[in-house]
Amino acid sequence: MPRSSDLRRTSALAELVDDPARRLIVSGLGTAAFDAARLTDDGGNLFAIDGAMGAAVSVGLGLALARPDRSVLVITGDGEVLMNVGALATAAVQAPANLSILCIDNGVWGLTGAQATHTSHGADLTAIAAGCGIATALTVASSEELAQGRAALADDTQLTFVRLALEPEPPEPYPFDRDGAAIRRRFRDALAPAR
Amino acid sequence: MYQRLREAGYTQFCYVPDSGHRDLIELAHEDAEAIAIPLTTEEEGVAIVAGADLGRARGVLLMQSSGVGNTINMLSLIQHCAFPFLTLVTLRGDFGEQNPWQYAMGRAVEPALEAMGLITLRAERPDDVVPSVEAAIGMVNPGGRAVAVLLTQRLLGAKKF
Repeated sequence: MPRSSDLRRTSALAELVDDPARRLIVSGLGTAAFDAARLTDDGGNLFAIDGAMGAAVSVGLGLALARPDRSVLVITGDGEVLMNVGALATAAVQAPANLSILCIDNGVWGLTGAQATHTSHGADLTAIAAGCGIATALTVASSEELAQGRAALADDTQLTFVRLALEPEPPEPYPFDRDGAAIRRRFRDALAPAR
Repeated sequence: MYQRLREAGYTQFCYVPDSGHRDLIELAHEDAEAIAIPLTTEEEGVAIVAGADLGRARGVLLMQSSGVGNTINMLSLIQHCAFPFLTLVTLRGDFGEQNPWQYAMGRAVEPALEAMGLITLRAERPDDVVPSVEAAIGMVNPGGRAVAVLLTQRLLGAKKF
């Protein structure tokens, strides 16, 4: 699948998600957790998972169904989405309008030695998401497409999947709290009761 | 049992189907105030229940014993983050099982769940079911534990082949 050569991961994410404070954010493990922690400064609206590979989309789904009054964003990577690709089909069955999934597809398992994932061999996660029945599934693979991707992620009227396709870069760690019980409590405490 | 779960605030019913859960699944689908969530694999349900808790809602995972094997690593999310967690498991490979394929996972259910930090309660007879589910509900909320109620083959009956 084509990848952008002009997009840089950190700056592209900051452009795609220009309103992180209004969202509830769930990140998957690895470099996606660094990205989400950087976007939110590891804030109370972030639940950053650094294990349980394959969890992120499903945690976001349960949260979005529990809180239809809030905008939920899942930030994950191609390796994690591939591990539990059926989670996209399950999300599509429920189709919560307040859920957006941002998959950073750099074609490698970034923290284990940059081995090529299936997306480097032709697996098209945008087509898979669309094939699962996700109404808005699109790829951002150039700086010209960032605005369209940003608008899709900001649209709270339907379930959205955005694949950010770029070249692998060396991981840029950002500190975040890995105490699971503490971040669960932090997240729930920061969340106002449902209206 | 469904009414007890609804009264306790459970609104998300995640499942990979089993004939032993058929009535619960149908009731969840018919209930406009609840959400029935069919899964492609049981581990999704573990993560969905965790997400529901983050949003201050309650979910339950319905699965059969073979599905327990699919959840093991995902249960690290429950244990590490101390999520309250309830699952109802129909047990195969147990009392009177005639399908030899069911024994391997069925026999491993209790040690595997306990290794991942869950408490298991067995319901062996019809009059065990509601008390076991009620006990588990209280152990999960307010008890804060992760609990599996095992609906055993002695209760459900062995399929004849």
